[in-house]
Amino acid sequence: MIEIDRITKVYNGVTAVDAVTMTAESGTITVIVGTSGSGKTTLLRMINRLEEPTSGEVRINGESTLATKPHLLRRRIGYAIQGHGLFPHHSVARNIGAVPRLLNWPKEKISARVDELLTLFSMEPDQFRDRFPAELSGGQQQRVGVARALASRPDVLLMDEPFGALDPIIRARAQDDLRRIQRALGSTIVLVTHDMEEAIRLGDMVAVMDGGQLVQHAPPAEIVTKPATGFVADMVGDMERPLRLLSLVPLSEVMEDGDAPGEALPADSSLRDALSACLWTGRTAVPVERDGLPAGRVTLDAIRARAELGA
Amino acid sequence: MKAGAILRPAVILLLLALVLKPEWFVPLFAPLAPEGAPVIYARSSLLSLSLSHLGLVAAATAAATLVSVTLAILVTRDAGAAFRPLSRTITNMGQTFPPVAVLALAVPALGFGAGPTLVALFLYGLLPIFENSITGLSTLPPATMEAARGLGLNRWQRLIQVELPLALPVILTGIRLSFVISLGTATIGSTVAARTLGEVIIAGLLTSNTAYVLQGGLIVGLFAVVVYDALILLEARIARRSGMADPR
Repeated sequence: MIEIDRITKVYNGVTAVDAVTMTAESGTITVIVGTSGSGKTTLLRMINRLEEPTSGEVRINGESTLATKPHLLRRRIGYAIQGHGLFPHHSVARNIGAVPRLLNWPKEKISARVDELLTLFSMEPDQFRDRFPAELSGGQQQRVGVARALASRPDVLLMDEPFGALDPIIRARAQDDLRRIQRALGSTIVLVTHDMEEAIRLGDMVAVMDGGQLVQHAPPAEIVTKPATGFVADMVGDMERPLRLLSLVPLSEVMEDGDAPGEALPADSSLRDALSACLWTGRTAVPVERDGLPAGRVTLDAIRARAELGA
Repeated sequence: MKAGAILRPAVILLLLALVLKPEWFVPLFAPLAPEGAPVIYARSSLLSLSLSHLGLVAAATAAATLVSVTLAILVTRDAGAAFRPLSRTITNMGQTFPPVAVLALAVPALGFGAGPTLVALFLYGLLPIFENSITGLSTLPPATMEAARGLGLNRWQRLIQVELPLALPVILTGIRLSFVISLGTATIGSTVAARTLGEVIIAGLLTSNTAYVLQGGLIVGLFAVVVYDALILLEARIARRSGMADPR
């Protein structure tokens, strides 16, 4: 659990972060979203003391971050950034093993951990271990960057626009990977982005920053349906609101018994996908399958009813 | 590459022949020597002059590297940034002050021999290494530096494991320039009795023996070409191994 307690950062008389108080529960993803200059990155960087707060305190699992030397604190906190920041002169294995090496893990344990992480990120260890970052694609470099952040099994993972440099298709895949891996490992993640879509898609909780202040801290559905200020509403986008809301609801929630023509969708895809499928193929209902077996259907009427519920 | 594969061994063989078997070149140099004068310099062995010449240059470049790189590391830290203009001025002066003048000034203090030459070459060699080290250490990829800090490397670990290895190819370029400049400049050391290949050239000038001048000049020039080429190969190799040059 990360408790941020009235933390403030002032640069040359300008308040970048203004008395923000916020708690990120263990095993959840908190996404901090805001425009550039909103103080979101400064807030994140104060958690691992890459920036020293002017006042206030951060506690991780009850212990103040001020109690540990900054570089020792950072070895316990995973950190992944935009443009990955891999060491270009080190192999993939050495990059991923960077923090375990700092923590003096035995060699065999490090190489076993490297292989485990490469496998987790769907990269064949034999094929990738000895490559250099310049020999990887953008998506692969980004995955190695996240693997490096996870290497020492940190309780807490901080990510600063980790997917910012990726093209949309690879970004969606990277987000899905992150969700899957976070669920599997139960890590606590704080992620910074300027993209509300990404925040809603990834966050268990979304924190919206504006002008150094935390203007709303709520689950994504609440951010979409009850934006606290005009700024939050602008970030969500009025026209997009119904679609954003639908993207949060899995098919299993409004599924009914029965059958429908055409190709089936998996039960954990969103109503937004179902709506899209209906509109594109001219159907009024789509079949739903679970583990490859037919499970029921979702009708256009049910989707509409659900969207109106949020308004 | 193809031209290099033929030219490189040819140049090295020519250089070895000139140093080890100068008598082979008598027919070539004879027309340039005055009537009745010796064609090939024989007062001391060309091999020992070459080794002493190279040793002098290597020692001066090593000292200049040590001082320049240390200075560059200090002034690229936050705490040392204020000293950057001052250290620039000092290394620039080392380059501006003509080596001949340094020799003249150093002789009264250090006496005749290798000492004044070492001082002159050292001062002259500082600037390229210092400037390249500063460039190398201050143009590191920002995301990599941010990640190094964020992962928990301390200052010393960042310097040794990340900054110096990444700046190394640029620093090596500075060392190469300095070494090659010193190789030529060292010849004037023989005016104050340092044992360098300059001895051959000066002997030629004093006796109007163009054969000597050409012989000394040719050997120094070929050494510069060979060393320059070897250091370029070394730089490319290090850059490739450190994964910074695109291998494709």
